Amino acid sequence: MNTPVLNETLDLAAQFPGLSADTRPGYSGWLVPAEKLTEFATFARDTLGYDLLSSVTAVDYLEQNLFEVVYHAYKTAGGPGLEFKVQIPRQDPASLPSVTPIWPGADFQEREAYDLFGIRFENHPDLRRILMWEGFEGYPMRKDWKEAFYEDETKPFKSRWPEGKHSLAETRAAFGDNVSFPAGFDPEKWTPTDPEELLYASLRKYSAEVKDGIKTDHVLVNMGPQHPSTHGVFRAVAMLDGETVVSLKPVMGYLHRNHEKIGERNTFLQNMPYTDRLDYFNSMYNNWGYSLAVEKLMGIVVPERAEYLRVIMGELSRIQNHLILFGMLWNDLGAYFTPALYAFEERELILDIFEAVSGTRMMCNYHRFGGVVRDVDAASLQKIKGLVFERLPRRVEEMNRLLSENEIFISRMKGIGYLSLEDSIAYSVTGPNLRAAGIPYDIRRAQPYGIYDRFEFDIPVRHNSDLLDRYLIRMDEIQQSLRILRQALQQLPEGPVLTGKPQYQVKVPAGEAYGRVEAPKGELGYYVVSNGKGNPYRYHIRTPSFVNITSLEKMCVGTKIADFVTILGMVDIVLGELDR
Amino acid sequence: MYGQGLLKGLSVTLKRFIATYTDDFKWWGKRYFNADGIAHRSSKDANGIFTVQYPEEKLPTPEEFRYVPFLVYDEGENGEKNIRCTSCGICAKACPPQCIWIVRSSDPNTGRPVPQPAEFYIDADICMNCGFCAEYCPFDAIKMDHDYEIASYGRNVLNKERLMKPASYYAQIRPLNNAREETARAEKAAAKAAKAQA
Repeated sequence: MNTPVLNETLDLAAQFPGLSADTRPGYSGWLVPAEKLTEFATFARDTLGYDLLSSVTAVDYLEQNLFEVVYHAYKTAGGPGLEFKVQIPRQDPASLPSVTPIWPGADFQEREAYDLFGIRFENHPDLRRILMWEGFEGYPMRKDWKEAFYEDETKPFKSRWPEGKHSLAETRAAFGDNVSFPAGFDPEKWTPTDPEELLYASLRKYSAEVKDGIKTDHVLVNMGPQHPSTHGVFRAVAMLDGETVVSLKPVMGYLHRNHEKIGERNTFLQNMPYTDRLDYFNSMYNNWGYSLAVEKLMGIVVPERAEYLRVIMGELSRIQNHLILFGMLWNDLGAYFTPALYAFEERELILDIFEAVSGTRMMCNYHRFGGVVRDVDAASLQKIKGLVFERLPRRVEEMNRLLSENEIFISRMKGIGYLSLEDSIAYSVTGPNLRAAGIPYDIRRAQPYGIYDRFEFDIPVRHNSDLLDRYLIRMDEIQQSLRILRQALQQLPEGPVLTGKPQYQVKVPAGEAYGRVEAPKGELGYYVVSNGKGNPYRYHIRTPSFVNITSLEKMCVGTKIADFVTILGMVDIVLGELDR
Repeated sequence: MYGQGLLKGLSVTLKRFIATYTDDFKWWGKRYFNADGIAHRSSKDANGIFTVQYPEEKLPTPEEFRYVPFLVYDEGENGEKNIRCTSCGICAKACPPQCIWIVRSSDPNTGRPVPQPAEFYIDADICMNCGFCAEYCPFDAIKMDHDYEIASYGRNVLNKERLMKPASYYAQIRPLNNAREETARAEKAAAKAAKAQA
């Protein structure tokens, strides 16, 4: 049920004094004392070889008066991961050492934990709020924090039945009696300070310099939040020297809806349709990651046919995700909508299948714990076969002819946005962008989930780690997805698609689980903690967009500001899962 | 030669441009505004123009398509509406955004609950169309609709009156599901009768 450990990690306590195994029932991994964290992280990375830090998150154990910071590290060579935790007293200010100097990919994730839990990470280079704005009062993910229109700790809310009492939310006072103000706040005397002061200060460390006797100044440029090429309400603040980017900070959270808090109010099953709304291009894959985590906790097995259906839907959504990325990338480059609409045609056909199978085009809500909601009918199966065996190979080839050799395109892509192999790993970049840097790291192979170990497919790798390779690798991946689909369709067995009876209130034993899948955009991980009740105690999502964007500054520094648009496009972010 | 890749790409768009007309000629006048044409344009064989000209043309909704739920009632012989809902509250408990409010009715004389809702509200503005209510309803009483054209100028709090639709409508939009459920219900009734006899 729990993450298996490597042999070498079994006697880890002997190798590293001060370490103790997490013995709570249903839990696994290691407890590290806060003062030894830096030492242990270095040991894990350099001696044990866990070079890829997947997830950093926190859990608020209100009753035990503890904050627990949970780390999941993996090896890019593959295999199971290392889970370790640091427990600190639940007080203000709570603090522990930052691991950002060791794994720079922890940067935004630690900022997120600081933002939502109020845990300070010492030695973090730029510890600011990330999803909420500066000046927001309180830390939303703490168990004693209540949201606007708070009704009850957990769903189902009691007022819905048997008495009804329908009311519209806007007729109530937004915060009711749970509103709180910062200490010493007096509305009479309060004058607003510039909320962006900290952000600009972090950019201003690059001061003006004198070059060739001409006094030049750096210019601050805001891209977004309403910019046609920022893929939603995303904003980047760049410090420019002429046209060259000197430093750049992404600003996010405009679409933040505290998905994780909603998730903790929900029952386990109620979260399923909410996961659709993370990366709304790949709801099938979002469902998969979440059901994988909960199935690990419940210890249930998925029937054969359901496993195949999951693979089929997952790979179809990977294909349409990559096609859309190409289309949108060309939009960013200024080739308005011809490639995008060509891509949309194929996507339409795939979404038609999703609609027939799951009921909705984008918000599929298809997976259930222990299977999928319904079987695919014969007509839809025929449609899928028609697409996979006839149309898609032809159309992907056409897309390739249309785009890949275009000289203007190549000159905009080649050698731009370089991120070295070492940096890619250090910044926890996953998915196609990591493979374009030369590392064949794909969770479908590195730690197979579902039935991916049964299929023959290659993990495409390219080595230049520039935009062109990141584009080409996705072309390769579509081919591999088609290959998997062909095998899956040929092998698809008959049988049930759900283990047990459908139930809306599942019993999930206490414990923790980290379910991760290779989503089209990178590693998608769900960290779920159950305390045996009907609702998840902690529900955290490690989204590929959010972690991959950490390396944005690194890729942009030194390039022209016009290239920022392409670099951002190729990171393949979607705001639904970036801001959550 | 510089520009070769560009020309290669442009040849693709040119081919598409020509395909628009060849497909039109092949279908000679039948490609638009009829069911066959629409089905062709959303099939794997579609070439040329792909668009469906909504609202004059509409894509057929697949049986499993789901939109805001409705309540099923059986039509009695004298035209009375026998609502299937027993106000058990499972849909309200399963609903992720908690947009279902049910008022249970009780007998005015004895004060005991009657298996019928006095009122039933669905806040369609909050509803996320996940379909859990229909999925977990043990009485086949709440089902997902196919009518997606419900845009309005105000808030959409649907009450019982607004939500009720006849079983014949349900059978029309979801024939396969309906047939399956009717068989299951008949089997259940037969088993119950057999048990009563024994």
